[in-house]
Amino acid sequence: MPARDAGIVVEGLVREFKDVRAVDGIDLEISPGEIYGFLGPNGAGKSTTVHMLTTLLPPTAGRATVAGYDVVRDGARVRARIGAALQETALDPFLSGREHLRLQASLHGIRGAKRTTLQDDLLARVGLTQAADRKIRTYSGGMKRRLDLALALIHNPSMLFLDEPTTGLDPQSRAALWEEVGRLSRHEGVTVFLTTQYLEEADVLADRVGIIDHGHIVAEGTPTQLKAEIGRSTVEVVPESPEETPRLSALLTRFGVPTAGKPGATAVQLEGRDGLADVVRALDLEGLRTAEINLHSPSLDDVFLAKTGRTLEGADEEPA
Amino acid sequence: MEVAHQVWLIARRSLLRTARQPGTWVPPLLFPLMLMAVNSNGLRAATHLPGFPTHSFLAFFIPFSFMQGALFASGIAGVDLARDIDTGFLNRLALTPVRGSALLLGQIGGALGLGAAQAVVYLSVALAAGVHIDAGVGGAVLILVLAVGAAAGFGGLGLFLALRTGSGEGVQSMFPLLFFLLLVSSMNLPRNLIEVGWFRDLATINPVSYLIEALRSLVIQGWNGEALGLGFGFTAALIAVSMLLAARQLRVRMTRT
Amino acid sequence: MSSRLEVAVALAYRQTTVLLKNPSLFLPPMLFPLMNFVAFAGGLSRLRHVPGFNFSGGYTAFQFVFVLLQSAVFGGVFTGFGIARDFERGFARRLLVSAPERGGIILGYAIAALLRWLMIATVLTVVALIAGMKVGGSGVDLFGLYGLAILFNQVGLLWACGIAMRLRTIQAAPLMQTPVFLVLFLAPVYVPLHLLQGWIHAVARVNPLTFLLEAGRGLIEGQPTQLAAAFGTAAILLAVFMVWARTGLARAERAG
Repeated sequence: MPARDAGIVVEGLVREFKDVRAVDGIDLEISPGEIYGFLGPNGAGKSTTVHMLTTLLPPTAGRATVAGYDVVRDGARVRARIGAALQETALDPFLSGREHLRLQASLHGIRGAKRTTLQDDLLARVGLTQAADRKIRTYSGGMKRRLDLALALIHNPSMLFLDEPTTGLDPQSRAALWEEVGRLSRHEGVTVFLTTQYLEEADVLADRVGIIDHGHIVAEGTPTQLKAEIGRSTVEVVPESPEETPRLSALLTRFGVPTAGKPGATAVQLEGRDGLADVVRALDLEGLRTAEINLHSPSLDDVFLAKTGRTLEGADEEPA
Repeated sequence: MEVAHQVWLIARRSLLRTARQPGTWVPPLLFPLMLMAVNSNGLRAATHLPGFPTHSFLAFFIPFSFMQGALFASGIAGVDLARDIDTGFLNRLALTPVRGSALLLGQIGGALGLGAAQAVVYLSVALAAGVHIDAGVGGAVLILVLAVGAAAGFGGLGLFLALRTGSGEGVQSMFPLLFFLLLVSSMNLPRNLIEVGWFRDLATINPVSYLIEALRSLVIQGWNGEALGLGFGFTAALIAVSMLLAARQLRVRMTRT
Repeated sequence: MSSRLEVAVALAYRQTTVLLKNPSLFLPPMLFPLMNFVAFAGGLSRLRHVPGFNFSGGYTAFQFVFVLLQSAVFGGVFTGFGIARDFERGFARRLLVSAPERGGIILGYAIAALLRWLMIATVLTVVALIAGMKVGGSGVDLFGLYGLAILFNQVGLLWACGIAMRLRTIQAAPLMQTPVFLVLFLAPVYVPLHLLQGWIHAVARVNPLTFLLEAGRGLIEGQPTQLAAAFGTAAILLAVFMVWARTGLARAERAG
């Protein structure tokens, strides 16, 4: 019997590759039925963490239990309770969707009428009934991802690992996948561990978010909590005449700290209790005419910036 | 029973994949036939050499086609597995209850299917061209068994290479070396008629010579216990060694806990 | 230097550099003829005792001529693979846009094929000499032999170039290779022409390679024979495939 009910508990998890410490001692606790978003740039350690939690890679140090079983000692039991859709869609171009499901179900010991029913149900759920008997090489990227999800669910797991599931998908396919993931969590109580580099995905889907960078978790909480920690909105103003920029800058610095804005604009991160209305009043009093005024609320990228000194987009361009 | 079922599931997939890629199995089927036709006529003069064991060079040469077919099988098994590694499909399988041994044995299914089909085709063509199998129907069956065994042995090598290199190019890069093993054997002349000493020595220590000679003995001699013993022995050894190597490499490649 | 020659030299330099920096491109066309040479000269030498086998130069020299011609034509075909790869990767398109004189493109690839083969031929010749090959021919005879091989190398290149420029994909490799393979092996590979029997004798008699083979073997033996037929055949093949390659280039230009 497992020591505690389903969920993920990670203590001091480390994974080294030769001279690289891809995961450098992370601690996590994910409740059953939760959608946990694991956000970070390329190379942060997201996929390595997923590989360890799904038993595909032994940790160098630390412990992890998934669905109540230790990932090192009870690998087979963990695998029986999890489904995974990893970064590569991992499909055979020469098999059809139905044949994939048949193989996956059979390997999990599901046979006969039960297997056929499960196949048909899942194909309907992911909208692939019509395409079920076509070879995978005729599928679009979105269809492949949907099939990947169906394959991960065929044996009714209590826990689902999704490694960057919407990378490369068009907005429509992405929204459809989000809907299905949300439904799995809300209506079927499936625990979802989702890695992503898309801020919006983490924001929209996740109950809680962990931000990872260089193998460490740098922030953790609900999206609202994390953004509230940063707490500062940015006002960005484009003057009607570029000659007014120095006067504009001098005025705006009364309200906050100068920050980067788009070309031709002056931007400050608001401090204190002043808001957009106060800025507008001040501009009016000074007689400064503006072409554009924008208010940006803090994003998870701002959270990442605050914690690491870099934006999530900029993190990819770092030298190795 | 569970392992047997898993082997069947993986083998079924392997067979389906091979069958659905005509570009993979048509050349291995046709190319040896082409060489059979060309070489059996181009080297017919060799039958005039004193001590040449038969009047039909086609009967003498046909075992080479089976060996060539087995070599192509190794490529197919290896390239398919390399593709699975590259696409992440191996990880997908690793997340199921499938056992490593079932994975390997099943993965070779496509190669065995192709090996068997090739063997039947080559044998049929040879019989239609007038070749007589001295060992009769039983000998023909044994020819098929040996051919499939060779396909399994070379297929195992292909799997090992795929697991070691993780790439189709890596598998295919070994093909010239394996083909060289075929060339420095008794494929074109009996070992006792090979004039050049070092070549004869190479052919003598080359296990492929014994596979070829076992097949050949069934066609042109009938039942030669020594040739069959050596042929089956080397086939079994090739299968054992290649599958052991593949199994070890699978443990390295598929590090699931 | 004319602009055509400038283009050709630049392209040949680039192809040769790519080749030397990529062992996976360089080694197979080197190893394949060597392997064949070892297998045939080493494993089949007893064939010289077949009644009627009247080649006095030794079986090693007999097979060396075949392998030399085989390596020559495949040197051209492998360069054709490179042309197809260049189209797939977009380099050829850039070349078509930037080359002031497009005729230099085929010439460049031809020079590259020749350079590639010269390296292989050097290794082959050294190995054959170490293996004790007897050379009965004079310097002029050998010049003729290698001259025939050079012509065959260019024929192989022009054939493959025409295919590559029409199809513009490396998937065309079997189409470049298979007919050449058939031409090679439907010839008197293992024994002289008069010792072949049946349908293969009939086919080999009209196979253009047979003229080159028989002439080449005569040259290495020091008893030149059928030289006019051999060089005439090579010249005709060269002319035909030059047109084939040039029209292939025109197709590639039209495709954009």
